[in-house]
Amino acid sequence: MLFPLILFAINGSALSTATRIPGFPPVSYRAFVLAVPFMQGALFIAVTAGIDLARDIESGFFNRLALTPLRGGALLTGQLGGALVVACLQSVVYLLVGIATGVGIASGVGGAFVLLALSILIAFGFAGLGALIALRSGSGEAVQAIFPLLFVTLFLSSASLPRPLIQVRWFRDVATYNPVSYLIEGIRSLVISGWDGRALALGFGFALALVVLSLGFANVAMRNRLVRT
Amino acid sequence: MGVSRPPVIATILDKKGPVGRPDHLQIDALWVNLQHADRRSLGPSRGGARARWSDSAARLAGNLAPVTDGSPAIVVEQLVREFRKGPRAVDAINLTVSPGEIYGFLGPNGAGKSTTVLMLTTLLPPTSGRATVGGFDIAHEGSQVRASIGAALQEAALDAILTGREHLLLQATLQGIPGATRKQRAQELLERVGLTEAADRRVGGYSGGMKRRLDLALALVHRPRILFLDEPTTGLDLQSRTALWSEVARLAHDEGMTVFLTTQYLEEADALADRVGIIDHGKIVAEDTPANLKAQIGSPTVEVVPADLTEGDAIAEALTRFGSPTRGGRGSLTVQLPGGEAQLAELVRLLDQAGLHVASLHLHQPSLDDVFLAKTGRKLEGAGEGEEATPWQLSWPPPCGRSKQSVADQSHGRFASARCSSSRCSFR
Repeated sequence: MLFPLILFAINGSALSTATRIPGFPPVSYRAFVLAVPFMQGALFIAVTAGIDLARDIESGFFNRLALTPLRGGALLTGQLGGALVVACLQSVVYLLVGIATGVGIASGVGGAFVLLALSILIAFGFAGLGALIALRSGSGEAVQAIFPLLFVTLFLSSASLPRPLIQVRWFRDVATYNPVSYLIEGIRSLVISGWDGRALALGFGFALALVVLSLGFANVAMRNRLVRT
Repeated sequence: MGVSRPPVIATILDKKGPVGRPDHLQIDALWVNLQHADRRSLGPSRGGARARWSDSAARLAGNLAPVTDGSPAIVVEQLVREFRKGPRAVDAINLTVSPGEIYGFLGPNGAGKSTTVLMLTTLLPPTSGRATVGGFDIAHEGSQVRASIGAALQEAALDAILTGREHLLLQATLQGIPGATRKQRAQELLERVGLTEAADRRVGGYSGGMKRRLDLALALVHRPRILFLDEPTTGLDLQSRTALWSEVARLAHDEGMTVFLTTQYLEEADALADRVGIIDHGKIVAEDTPANLKAQIGSPTVEVVPADLTEGDAIAEALTRFGSPTRGGRGSLTVQLPGGEAQLAELVRLLDQAGLHVASLHLHQPSLDDVFLAKTGRKLEGAGEGEEATPWQLSWPPPCGRSKQSVADQSHGRFASARCSSSRCSFR
């Protein structure tokens, strides 16, 4: 929870001159990058949820659960329940820190709640991804190894600059095809633009797709992992 | 269905009402009991009338009592497990375990013990073959098998931040035991495994032995009839090991629980098991009671280490009276005593009369290690790494010495001391 806030504090002040770039939205850079801690927090949740699950597999705790009448779906829900609680907590903290540092929420109080809902949905989707990797690999190291790759997707997105302002063409193209850009822009739109239907539709759309895909595949992986006759 | 119910089922029916029945806990534990309570009285038509009740209700009613009809608790027929790109971990094994029996499954690392346990506990589907546990087919009646077994697998999978009591309450919840009886059951088990004082301490501070005892208690939460223990004492000190052995023995002998125990410790199998199956490279190479297995090996052997290597030939000549001696490392000579250990004194006298000097003399009773050696050509210790026994290893004893037997006086002072355990003696 802390690391994204540190990055937010550093980037929010150190890169503030980026707002002078022609075409940059007329808001503080801190307001612009407030969406990033939500995404980083979601990536951390993916790793912690995955590692927790992998540890249960490695320690044999999973086998103990498999010998009880517990269903795989219930087991997955239980595992991700903890991730959901952390996601709720950290989203509220990031929002409060943003407001405390002078960032206004353009979409108002209602927008703040929608922002929380979207960020929690994203975190839950990434938690499902972490669980999927853990269930497929059964190894905490494998989950940790995937973390840098997830972080690359964050850097190759519109996290630091609006996509139209990215001058390097390949970077702009990658950011355009990178779903993480739309997740960030969905959150960001509520902070700096107000109610932007397109950004929200894309943000919620990709977040839901992430949740459905990651949980769906995680459920299948859980079934395979819990091979009980 | 027009079928008269035996008394035990009537009892369960009476207790059904007040007991909660979470939907996801639709283990047909009643069916578990019905199968064993009275198969014939219910008849084949009962199959379509399986009442789906909470397993907790059935368990509370004591339906998982030991099988008493004499049918085997575990039957394994031609069971095979192959892993992709690997050899057969379990290669067409057959075994039968009777109710209330402690069956020791002995073998080195990688022999196939744990794979067998995983299959029998329904956690790993067999590649081929058939097995029934508690009368249920492991491949097709997994939930019934799981309802009737408890398992403490190789790792004591415990959460360091939970207390022993919290672990038991969690396990009771997962097993569907109603809230009203969870605390009582947890307390019973804590007392049983001697963890009452440590019950409310975090497991992170438990010793290895305490963790193993808690693991055993967790396996017993739902009152299983059959208990699987996969190397339960690995890494434990002798005191903790002995305490666990006592508890396992009590479960089997006092409560009639069937115990399937895997181990790589010879003394564990010897001390605990009613029968032992020795597995190596996925195949059962021997199976019988420990006494019978050892008897198959025959009479004890004695290893003589000459004090003076130049006397080796003379000692060998003297030993031919008992049999054909084999030479080992350090000039030692090993010979079987066809008349048993009673011939030891005769051997000592013979050497003494011949004026031969002996550095040490070891009486080696047949052990399960000898059985393993005889059946596989390797010593159990290190067999998992594919180690071949060297000649001196074949006769060199492990540490012994729980009791002393004074035979030294028969040697007229030629041996400084004598040490003897249940399996071997040595004289120096």
